[in-house]
Amino acid sequence: MRNPLSDKVIKMKPSGIRKFFDIVSEMPDAISLGVGEPDFDTPWSVREEGIYSLEKGRTFYTSNAGLMELRKAICDYTDRRFHIAYDARKEVLITVGGSEGIDVALRAMLNPGDEVIIPEPCYVSYLPCVELAGGIPVTIPLKNENQFRLTREELEAAITEKTKILLLSYPNNPTGAIMERKDLEAIAEVIIKNDIYVISDEIYAELTYNSGHVSIASLPGMRDRTIVINGFSKAFAMTGWRLGYALGPAMIIEQMTKIHQFAIMCAPTTSQYAAVAAMRDCDKDVANMREAYDQRRRYLLNEFKEMGLPCFEPYGAFYIFPCIKEFGMTSEEFATSLLKAKKVAVVPGDAFGECGEGFLRISYAYSLEELKVALGRMKEFIRELREKHN
Amino acid sequence: MNNIRTKILKVVQNNSKMSTKDIATVLGLDESLVIHTISDMEQEQIICGYNTVINWDKTDDERVTALIEVKVTPQRGEGFDRVAERIYNYEEVTSLYLMSGGFDMTVFIEGKTMKEVAQFVARKLAPMEGVLSTSTHFVLKKYKESGTKLEQQKKDERLVVTA
Repeated sequence: MRNPLSDKVIKMKPSGIRKFFDIVSEMPDAISLGVGEPDFDTPWSVREEGIYSLEKGRTFYTSNAGLMELRKAICDYTDRRFHIAYDARKEVLITVGGSEGIDVALRAMLNPGDEVIIPEPCYVSYLPCVELAGGIPVTIPLKNENQFRLTREELEAAITEKTKILLLSYPNNPTGAIMERKDLEAIAEVIIKNDIYVISDEIYAELTYNSGHVSIASLPGMRDRTIVINGFSKAFAMTGWRLGYALGPAMIIEQMTKIHQFAIMCAPTTSQYAAVAAMRDCDKDVANMREAYDQRRRYLLNEFKEMGLPCFEPYGAFYIFPCIKEFGMTSEEFATSLLKAKKVAVVPGDAFGECGEGFLRISYAYSLEELKVALGRMKEFIRELREKHN
Repeated sequence: MNNIRTKILKVVQNNSKMSTKDIATVLGLDESLVIHTISDMEQEQIICGYNTVINWDKTDDERVTALIEVKVTPQRGEGFDRVAERIYNYEEVTSLYLMSGGFDMTVFIEGKTMKEVAQFVARKLAPMEGVLSTSTHFVLKKYKESGTKLEQQKKDERLVVTA
């Protein structure tokens, strides 16, 4: 029999997260700090809107691009929160989570051999999605000393004649890094000069803890060369609803909608109705969740300081990314032995790119009480390691 | 300054057991400032007490709670305060509010049995000077109190490790 599989897919490496998931799954009593989704329930007003739409029997397809009412609500929200105006008719595509948006944008924009610059560490899907779309990923290893922000010099050094897209992701998973206005302005200049496009994954935009999120699309000259990816999963605690959206120039959104139409048809209708409530009524819920994350963030930062683990202050998402290089172990060795010795699961930093080696991703999408227990065990683990070393 | 007070109040409202060290850490404040601010707010009676939310149904203790709507005649020169004081001084009264609308006061009463509560209303509350009428409603089940759901044994159903 012929090999039924695609060479491209066989060559694709499984996610590093998956491997660790299998190890942790065998330890049912472990405390996990490894999740990438909120611990909060979806705000009740959103859930109720979903239930109401089911009661009303709104169970049909929506238009391919998504419910007009939701597209309008998204445009109002984006204008209100991030000061960018989009046309609900032509510049919005509702997707199945932010992930679909990234995939579809890449497929709509890449020709074979086009290069996509991906600063790492980053979300696990970027690289394989670029490859599936026929592009060539070019990674930039970001540096701890720059707080994992992308600098102008790093970007310039990665650009070639074939560069077409920069895949930017701030606030960042796994590092918790953000890019402030001045950082974005510095790279925007390079982007415009070299005529590159940006896919900006801003799924954690609402979870920014210092001065508020700045979208690169809001900078002069950037709107028409940026696809903004956002969604409901993180800020509105709606991961299971699988709903996101892409915003950008009509010319690109139109082609993305074509792919989405053939591959997906439309995003889940119930989720779309519920999401209208999220856009309109949930500013206070989001603010409360943000405040809770911020408190945990400060707590964790302080704990790592007390442990003497170097860690830059992350201002975004719900992750903290401490460095464990002093122990002379790989991230995976460290995470595995922490799990075995103390039953605390964290994700090795190299699951998000080679340059994440020597770091751990620790999620604070857990209650303060849970964090306390887990951090207590981690503290013990580190003390014992240091005793052994000396 | 007021901002700091509000931040602290929001934290202790949900968890009065949190140590001043932890409050300081999660809010990014100095512990000494937290201690001072809390003690000032206690002095000024902004913070009036630290209660515990208890689901008595899960204990062997018998307890009933009643909500009583009370109509009263306000007293010259003292409005409702004089009557209110006479009511809230009874230990059985757990909460007392002055209301807008069809009646004047809501009284929450806790007792061991319905009979005990009924006797309190009949003997103490209804005959009180200034009280015109009472209407007693017994609480059958408590679902949520002071912002806390009383039965919420929710398991974390998230996958243990996700990207």
